[in-house]
Amino acid sequence: MARSYISIEGIARRFPAPEGGRTTIFEDLWFAMERGEFVCVIGHSGCGKTTVLNILAGLDEPSEGAVIIDGKAIEGPSLDRAVIFQSHGLLPWRTVLGNVSYAVSSKWRDWPKAKVEDHARKAIATVGLTGAEMKKPAQLSGGMKQRVGIARALSIEPKIMLMDEPFSALDALTRGTLQDEVRGICRNTGQTVFMITHDVDEAIYLADKIVLMTNGPDARIAEIVTNPLPADRSRNEVHKHPAYYPLRNHIIDFLVARSRSFAEELAQPGKVWNRRAPPIVTPGTPDTPPPLVRAV
Amino acid sequence: MTRSIGVRALVLSLVILAIFLAAWHVAVSGGGGGGQAVDPEYARLVGAAAATGGQTPMPGPIDVGKAIWKHMSDPFYVRGTNDMGIGIQLAYSLARVLLGFGIAVAVAVPLGFLIGMSPLVYRALDPFIQVMKPISPLAWMPLALYTIKDSALSSIFVIFICSLWPMLINTAFGVASVRKDWLNVARTLEVGPVRKAFTVILPAAAPTILTGMRISVGIAWLVIVAAEMLVGGTGIGYFVWNQWNNLSLTDIITAILLIGLVGMVLDQILARLTRLVTYPE
Repeated sequence: MARSYISIEGIARRFPAPEGGRTTIFEDLWFAMERGEFVCVIGHSGCGKTTVLNILAGLDEPSEGAVIIDGKAIEGPSLDRAVIFQSHGLLPWRTVLGNVSYAVSSKWRDWPKAKVEDHARKAIATVGLTGAEMKKPAQLSGGMKQRVGIARALSIEPKIMLMDEPFSALDALTRGTLQDEVRGICRNTGQTVFMITHDVDEAIYLADKIVLMTNGPDARIAEIVTNPLPADRSRNEVHKHPAYYPLRNHIIDFLVARSRSFAEELAQPGKVWNRRAPPIVTPGTPDTPPPLVRAV
Repeated sequence: MTRSIGVRALVLSLVILAIFLAAWHVAVSGGGGGGQAVDPEYARLVGAAAATGGQTPMPGPIDVGKAIWKHMSDPFYVRGTNDMGIGIQLAYSLARVLLGFGIAVAVAVPLGFLIGMSPLVYRALDPFIQVMKPISPLAWMPLALYTIKDSALSSIFVIFICSLWPMLINTAFGVASVRKDWLNVARTLEVGPVRKAFTVILPAAAPTILTGMRISVGIAWLVIVAAEMLVGGTGIGYFVWNQWNNLSLTDIITAILLIGLVGMVLDQILARLTRLVTYPE
């Protein structure tokens, strides 16, 4: 079997618990992603979504298992994987241009200053911030700061973008605009994106695959939902698609009830679930297998 | 019409100053009336001060004003080891403070970086710092004199040792509390340790480090006066002590005012520098 572009193979993460012993956030987690895929992970707080992202970014290490990207195991952070932080992570003493240039000059260390700035300006223009290059982050609105974060990530032309709830601190209007832009940019450039969210509509609009994670500790990937909506969907039309409500209901059902009671669901007679290959479901399509079937 | 608060504060300051000077003037001129009869022979021998009953009269604001004018009109004369202009004496003190402070910066900032970046070193050195910090810098003076065998260098050492701790502690704290996000940005961009130190940690910790420097320079300026009283020779502290031996209270008050002014200027310079490196979040 050919290996996927990104392959998470049996990773576990444990922390020393305050009263001795160890808390297991998750263990034996398996998941694969293909090049150019946009994947959203949905789950409640504390299920270890951010830990998975940090392991993908190389900022954290799994207690067990490995992540293999393009045939190589991850060893620490890399310029091939850009992270967009929830709290934007801009350096407040640098201007917008300074922040983006910092990333550009980190990637191409021998570039002259003019070339670095030229490249940074292009990335800033991509997210529509032309004119704000000389502003400090404190002078920008939340949406603009997050745009700079996206520009910084894009500027280093990464192979993979990792986004940790990038829009959760924004108001609904700004969030919508930024989602449109990110979707446009990623589709145009064929980016591979791994994004954490707890916004169901955001996941439906952006993702090709939605990973449903159960509550921690000992969180699991319960299902992988493939998005049945057409790839050229638009924000205004998306809810008119016949598969939209089945999909949305399926995810909300999961978040409200199944994410908590998944262990009981597994204990039901006849239910078989394989850690290494969590079931792939497509709500709203007739060929979706019923949830209770098959052997390992 | 209401004027700006700055103008009103200035007027109030001037009023307070005027009341203080007036009260001072009245208090001093009121008490000095009753001179006793002294044997003129004795008075000639011991001088006018002793002749009025051993009491040097407390100078009034006008006497002090004259003394300040006298010092300011010729601050840089040198007429022997015990007779130098007040400007020269201040320059000696400032030079010692800047030298001792400068050496302390050169030691405290790199060492503070090391302490701040390593939780192990932080814990290991913490007990030493906690013990050393509350020691009055003057307590080091005998040891310094014994080992260095040079009074001028000893006073610089005392300045060094008293400037060291606030900067060391603030640098370590500033470096240790750099936001995790910013360090993660540097990590994901594969920034090397040296570049990270100069482009992320230093700018992030700069306001805290500069605040430490501001505290240090304030303490150094406090300590230099006492140190120079002990070691003697030159400096504004020595000047104050010398004028006490001369019973010249006007000169002492002049020196006190100048010490305050120079201290304020030093503090303001550091405050400006701190503002330069402070970033709004």
